[in-house]
Amino acid sequence: MHSMFNGDFGIVLVNIFLLAILFATGVAIARMRSLFAIVMLSGIYSLVSAAWYVAVDAVDVAFTEAAVGAGMSTVVLLGAMLLTSRTAKPEKLFFRLGPLLVCLATGAALIYATVDLPALGDASSPANAGVGLTYLQVAWFETGIPNVVTPVLGSYRGFDTLGETCVVFTAGLAVALLLGFGERSLAERIRNEGRSGDHSTRKASAASDEDPS
Amino acid sequence: MLEFLLERANYWVVIVLMMIGLYITFASQNLIKRMVGLGLFQTTICLFYVTLGKVSGGTAPILFGDDAIEHHGAGHGAETEGGHAALDAVLAAGGEHAERVAHLTNTYSNPLPHVLMLTAIVVGVATLSVGLALVVRIREAYGSIENDEVNEIDLETALAQHAEAEKAVSEATA
Amino acid sequence: MNTDHHVILRVIAKMLIPVITMFAFYVQFHGDFGPGGGFQAGVIIAVAVILYALVFGVPAAMRAVPPVFTRSLAAVGVMIYAGVGFWAMLQGGHYLEYQALFHEPPGEHHGQHIGILGIELGVLCGVSGAMLTIFYAFAGRVAEIRDEDW
Repeated sequence: MHSMFNGDFGIVLVNIFLLAILFATGVAIARMRSLFAIVMLSGIYSLVSAAWYVAVDAVDVAFTEAAVGAGMSTVVLLGAMLLTSRTAKPEKLFFRLGPLLVCLATGAALIYATVDLPALGDASSPANAGVGLTYLQVAWFETGIPNVVTPVLGSYRGFDTLGETCVVFTAGLAVALLLGFGERSLAERIRNEGRSGDHSTRKASAASDEDPS
Repeated sequence: MLEFLLERANYWVVIVLMMIGLYITFASQNLIKRMVGLGLFQTTICLFYVTLGKVSGGTAPILFGDDAIEHHGAGHGAETEGGHAALDAVLAAGGEHAERVAHLTNTYSNPLPHVLMLTAIVVGVATLSVGLALVVRIREAYGSIENDEVNEIDLETALAQHAEAEKAVSEATA
Repeated sequence: MNTDHHVILRVIAKMLIPVITMFAFYVQFHGDFGPGGGFQAGVIIAVAVILYALVFGVPAAMRAVPPVFTRSLAAVGVMIYAGVGFWAMLQGGHYLEYQALFHEPPGEHHGQHIGILGIELGVLCGVSGAMLTIFYAFAGRVAEIRDEDW
């Protein structure tokens, strides 16, 4: 790790600290049963990993993770939690033992595979000496944009990004097809609240929302 | 040996985090908790990719200093008039595209994993929403989001349908 | 939402929402020079509307930004992105080849700047529209958990 940061002790401490927070948050999520706490902790996990992205120089990814992972996905998870339930059932012992063994085996296999990986921060590793370095070298002459991530995203890999945009659009469409665009159920709620305002009619509107008319 | 371990300790921590996400996805019966575990797993995979693109001593892949000086002409303003002439001069002096591959004075991290993970995060939240929408529909259809309860209801419904079909057949033959 | 104890929240939100929107456009148009781009700006714009919906209620947000508009915005975003590609084809280049937009030799950057700006605009519209559609889909459903249960 010291070679990664050129012996800068402070950044190594930040690195260890952030990874420790991530580990604690992950273990807490695995042990929690309150879904509200789980959703909030997953937001914290995203935010801390965004801080860690800055420590490994990925400022664009950090920005995206902070906006999307910590903001948007927490909102969506909270919305889904409101529509379902607040607590999870405790897992049975059998259901904990099997996955634990699978995860231990997978983790051991992955750690065995890292022995062949290049060292962290190795500038001459195949990943860093290949196309990534070429982008850095040619991007300024070819596009004149200092932030190399933007030309790689938009120009060199424009097809890729077009595909991603289509995926996001399709996901929005799929959610709208599954849950409705939100207008009909909302109109029903406003009508019900205007009529009586108590909660028994909300249940009725939820039931009437079911019919696939 | 110690250096070998230290250089890879970061990978191992990330793999442990990954396995926590995988464990949550496998072990929990609650579908929302499962989706959270999947999100955790995905975030950690992005961490792993970005770690591989780190270059020691490098900075964020935003060109600065000598790397971001206009190679030809005086600047963006003069580019329209002087650009062609300067480029022609460059091409005449150094052959084809001599300036094309710049010699970088500063060290930067690899931008490619950043681009891939940036889009992966956005697609991740989109797929997470689709999964959660399915969970909401499951809750409306079954009244539960616990996996084992949903399976039980499915089994009971299938048995009831089977019994009904058998009864109908026996009535038809009788 | 007619109770009085949310007044500080509402005043602060009213101050924050224009700033958030402006920051989104800064992120969008400054993405060439610093961290940022269409994906981030789209989500930030969506978050501004979501903040409005959380503080002033979903019906008010739906009146301000109708669901019809958000889902059209998502479709229009993808079309803008694909349209930039077809523009390059009409100019005689390959699909999404920005260098061909103004018939420039290598080393000239106007086509690249305009092309990347165009597709980032498409990504902005697509992502913010899709995210708001997703939010409205979840928020428009009738909640199972009542407010008093928290």
